[in-house]
Amino acid sequence: MNYSLGIDVGSTTAKAVLIDETGKILYETYERHFSKVIEKCGELLSAAYKILGQDCEVSFAVSGSAGLGISEAIGVPFIQEVASESEVVKHHAPDTSCIIELGGEDAKIIFLEGGTDERMNGTCAGGTGAFIDQMATLLNVTTEELDTLSLGADKIYPVASRCGVFAKTDIQPLINQGARKEDIAKSIFQAVVNQTIAGLAQGRAIKGKVMFLGGPLSFCEGLRLCFKETLKLSDENAIFPSYARISVALGAAYYASTTDFKCSIVELIERIKTAKLPSASLSLPPLFENEEDYRNFCIRHNKATVPECDIKSYKGNAYLGIDCGSTTTKLVLISDKKDILYSYYSSNKGNPVDVVKNCLTEIYNLCGDKINICGSAVTGYGEELIKNAFSIDYGLVETIAHFTAAKHFKKDVDFILDIGGQDIKCFKIHNGAIDSIMLNEACSSGCGSFLETFAKSLGFSAEEFAKKGIFAKNPVNLGSRCTVFMNSSVKQAQKEGATVEDISSGLAISVVKNAVYKVIRASSADELGENIVVQGGTFYNDAVLCAFEKELGRNVVRPAISGLMGAYGAALYSMKGESSSIISPSDLESFSHEATPRTCKGCTNNCQLTINTFRDGRKFISGNQCEKGAGKVQTENVPNLYEFKRNALLTNNYAKPTGKKMGLPLALGMYELLPLWNTIFGELGFEIVISPMSTRRIYEKGQFSIPSDTACYPAKLMHGHIMQLLSEGVDAIFYPCLTYNINEKLSDNHYNCPVVAYYSELLNGNMEDLQKTKFLFPYLNINSMKELTKGLYSYLNEKLGTFTKDEIKRAIKLGFKALSDYRESVKKEGVRAIEHARKNGKDIMILAGRPYHTDSLICHGIDKLAQTLGFIVVSEDALPLPEKKPDVHVLNQWTYHARLYNAAQYACENSDMELVQLVSFGCGVDAITTDEVRSILESNGKLYTQIKIDEITNPGAVKIRLRSLMGAMKEKGK
Amino acid sequence: MTQNYIQFTKEMKKTHTILVPNMLPTHFKIVMKVLDGYGYKSELLETSGPEITELGLKYVHNDTCYPALLVIGQFLDAIINRGHDPHKVALILFQTGGGCRASNYISLLRKALKKAGYGYVPVIPLAFNALEKHPGFSLSPGIIYKMIFATVFGDIIANLANQCRPYEIYKGDTEKVVEECTADIISRIQKDKLFFMKSKRAFSDIAKAFAKIPLNRVPKVKVGIVGEIFVKYSPLGNNNLEKFLMSEDCEVVCPGIIDFFLYCIYASISDYKLYGMKKKMQPMFRIMYKGFKGMQSQLREAIAEVGGFDVPPEFEHIKSLAEEYLSTGAQMGEGWLLPAEMLELSERGVNNIVCTQPFGCLPNHIFGKGMMKPLKDKNPNINIVAIDYDPGATKVNQENRIKLMLSNAKKMC
Repeated sequence: MNYSLGIDVGSTTAKAVLIDETGKILYETYERHFSKVIEKCGELLSAAYKILGQDCEVSFAVSGSAGLGISEAIGVPFIQEVASESEVVKHHAPDTSCIIELGGEDAKIIFLEGGTDERMNGTCAGGTGAFIDQMATLLNVTTEELDTLSLGADKIYPVASRCGVFAKTDIQPLINQGARKEDIAKSIFQAVVNQTIAGLAQGRAIKGKVMFLGGPLSFCEGLRLCFKETLKLSDENAIFPSYARISVALGAAYYASTTDFKCSIVELIERIKTAKLPSASLSLPPLFENEEDYRNFCIRHNKATVPECDIKSYKGNAYLGIDCGSTTTKLVLISDKKDILYSYYSSNKGNPVDVVKNCLTEIYNLCGDKINICGSAVTGYGEELIKNAFSIDYGLVETIAHFTAAKHFKKDVDFILDIGGQDIKCFKIHNGAIDSIMLNEACSSGCGSFLETFAKSLGFSAEEFAKKGIFAKNPVNLGSRCTVFMNSSVKQAQKEGATVEDISSGLAISVVKNAVYKVIRASSADELGENIVVQGGTFYNDAVLCAFEKELGRNVVRPAISGLMGAYGAALYSMKGESSSIISPSDLESFSHEATPRTCKGCTNNCQLTINTFRDGRKFISGNQCEKGAGKVQTENVPNLYEFKRNALLTNNYAKPTGKKMGLPLALGMYELLPLWNTIFGELGFEIVISPMSTRRIYEKGQFSIPSDTACYPAKLMHGHIMQLLSEGVDAIFYPCLTYNINEKLSDNHYNCPVVAYYSELLNGNMEDLQKTKFLFPYLNINSMKELTKGLYSYLNEKLGTFTKDEIKRAIKLGFKALSDYRESVKKEGVRAIEHARKNGKDIMILAGRPYHTDSLICHGIDKLAQTLGFIVVSEDALPLPEKKPDVHVLNQWTYHARLYNAAQYACENSDMELVQLVSFGCGVDAITTDEVRSILESNGKLYTQIKIDEITNPGAVKIRLRSLMGAMKEKGK
Repeated sequence: MTQNYIQFTKEMKKTHTILVPNMLPTHFKIVMKVLDGYGYKSELLETSGPEITELGLKYVHNDTCYPALLVIGQFLDAIINRGHDPHKVALILFQTGGGCRASNYISLLRKALKKAGYGYVPVIPLAFNALEKHPGFSLSPGIIYKMIFATVFGDIIANLANQCRPYEIYKGDTEKVVEECTADIISRIQKDKLFFMKSKRAFSDIAKAFAKIPLNRVPKVKVGIVGEIFVKYSPLGNNNLEKFLMSEDCEVVCPGIIDFFLYCIYASISDYKLYGMKKKMQPMFRIMYKGFKGMQSQLREAIAEVGGFDVPPEFEHIKSLAEEYLSTGAQMGEGWLLPAEMLELSERGVNNIVCTQPFGCLPNHIFGKGMMKPLKDKNPNINIVAIDYDPGATKVNQENRIKLMLSNAKKMC
């Protein structure tokens, strides 16, 4: 008898299949390997040996991401996992046209018809199996429970599907707002499906028989259903084979039987015993030299404590602080001497309201009649919800809470770094006021909870895992970018046989590097400050703390209540009150809370609202981007340049039917040049159809044809706008290629960015639907009447039929007039807005971005949010020229950039203005502008605030930024 | 631009070593020796290692493209970790213009130097349109011409070496010829005053030298490398891609740098054709265009003459291939040249292609990933894998993806 064995070692699991020569499966297994790749492999081989009952020759092949190292170490054949799957299809379902496989961290689509085309997820598209695990942890359920939950869903929330970190940012607010877990569960699966289809198929239709493979798809029924529904597959075309989770190992076994390699199984076991994977080549020096070192470190840090006072014996006034963070909830009750009477720190288990309720009940019991709560304050993501639910006295922005607490430990603190579960916050203190605030961008968020999730996936608690890191001998260098990248770095380290200790300590170092280089962007400790206070739950991890001190080369203060600082700060803040409105013990007893989802119909944003209803009938609405959704009246009719531009652009003088419809997609460069093209084609006798402001729906319409999912959101939206225009039956669509933008004579050159300039080429190549119409994308010079006439004349006559040169010339002349009228009107409105602000004593916010950031979906209602906070919003292109030319240290050669630099300079010249820069995620050129704008502002003593935007909506984070900015302005003004 | 920069003075020519980033190892070795012949002291940085990325991350905005991060990291590493006296070095950087953010490398490098406390280190931009004056580095047209020639000789040597290495019977033969040819060409350029008249012969001699290597032409999978110019060529940028492909028993086909030069010059010609811009400069661009094309045809003829080797394509031909898919007015970054090179490779049977790009490279959204679908639609046999390079991207992921492409390739042959 001939036997054939296949082993597949992936990022988190190992699979083995043993078949005989008839193809019968004698043994199969699927196990987590917890990074112990070699040992696990040995176990699997021994198990196969037991099944065989005796030593005999077997064909053997390995596959999988960690399999390569093993194949090299013990000299056995290796087969790439996709090739392995093709083997399986050949044996079992040769008429399959497409395979979708989700693994621990890989996602693949293999098209088998018309030339095999295999696609794997890119470096950025986070894992899937690991992602689902991570999401389950976030909801505090097991993966199985998550699956069961998803089956009871009746609503799907939009969850960004690009990568795990983004999805988390979407899901967190949903949890905080109390959305149903069932709905969140299904939304998570749907996000995985969308990601697979949009990210991998990239426009190629998935049809015919589809085979679904891999662990997650074999375990999660809900995920299978989502795929089937979304792809509209019939029962016979959706194959969910019984061997889905072991398919790669099975394929490896099939492959092994075709190779010449045969070996005694006992010898294989021997070989693996002595096998050595090359040691981690990228290791870092250990954190601590020896135990003594660590002891001294502990002694030093144990000094920063707050006295505790026994709540049972205390009598008098007390103050309550609550920090309702993204993943954890913290409560602190302090005496009038600021000693801690009671504290609580725990995961909010997906439902912060219940957690706070239970805590309050306990506190009330402990207090009895002898302690009187005189003040209460809440901070954090869930601030408003908790404040409303329990009638808390004050709500304060997190940054202020942390500053208040840090001051208590170090009077002259000048830098605070807080690494929490989901976010990293840091801010400088200058002259007693919060100076510059840096929050992590969506891309690098989740570092604290990342450690926890990672610990769990390796089978440890967060504390155990952290302890392991302290004495690691060769910490693994895992890079400092996004957590998804760290996942794959860990994969590499595992392949090289790194120990759990080395990984733990490597992760701690990565978290620190991420904070220092990515968020703070510091190059030396001196830039941060002299007196640094670190806090947040993540700093309980001594490995993280030590890594931070080492990275900076100086000692810092970590208060013993590191994880409670927000709550402690809130409690200190609430000491200014004399009596508290907090919910009474009797009301608390009967307190209950229910959350129902609803979509706001107030405007095109269609915010996903959550209506929280409390037992006494009070309601609290969350998830709204503006006050409209909360049922409050719209603010008085104050100038808002974003709103103004939106209205002006959508005015279409050429909407009358003429028999020829010209479609103009309102995206990218069209956001500025629309009046020009609208007038030109209108005057040439076309009925103009302008695509509306973007909506989520429009985005989804075109999502399938996006070839590069790391491009910026404004570009990706273009696909939806094209689909929208096509659905309106236009005869032609126009979006020109413009290497050069309008020359405003403010810069050395006047380029467009490559994406704005040439996106039409990409659309033309990737959107088959464009064949249904005429897609016009001439290369034009919009700086010269003559050249534009020449270019347009020859192009239009070639593509659309006859126009005389004079007709075109006339249309262009009127077009330029319309464009300059529009630009004038924007400038005039800018002046009016500034005057209005000054007359009414309001602060002016220059919300500086690019013209397409005006789009209501792209800017996520940030303009309206700023307005609600009391700012008058002005855009970067509505300002007069500054008196002085801005001091720019880079090539100033893009039209839109020049405006940014001028706007920054203008803000410096006017004391009642603050600049907030909007940056699209993935915008390469903004890597350059952000540093420049910051340096212009900071060298003139101004605050710099940056908001990174993408498809995710996280009004909570934006609010923190804007409110912190307001707080800082107030402090500065004093 | 109101920018003050540190000049490379005449005195510095005597005292300073010019550090050169490792982009085109074969090419730059020749170019630098030519420079040294004029009294400069230059050194090619062949360093690698995690410290380079780390310094890059530390001193350059992390969202900036990976090539900038590496190049700057490598310079700083040389000064900080490898004992180069910061007061005795100058840095040189090849700089393209245009609407891609890569045109900001020089500014970013100066910013990083300043931040790291080495603001006094002079930076010399090597560009077609140099606006800065460096008295110690004012190259005569003759020297520039020689440097360009040196680069093109790098092309022919790299090209033929790639065609021989996988098939050589005696291991090391190719390397020996590479070294001999490099040394020979350097001495010819340096010593022969009438070199320009004899360039044709030099090309021819190189081709002949390679033709003499005994080869065993067993069929091997040919893999083309295209992509963003730095990660395409630099082993530091692409994790030793060529070496990896060789170890997988492939023949590497890497289109030459001369096409990129021609592409850059053509961009200015196209600005006139499409937009009526840069009118006055046109005669100069046309002369340059013609000059480079002349060198390319000498290179091609020399290879054709000895026989047995694939002859690299003519620029005009590559351009005509692109025109079926997109306008040659699309010119930022690698622009239309990127899909054109893939088409040209496929046309001569090199259907397996690694398209290298720095993570988040803007032009590559359009010309790399954005062109894959139309290319594949019309050329179903083309087998492209797009690989992102980035400080966080791991080798194992990249290699796994390349292996996937290769397993596909092997299936097809």
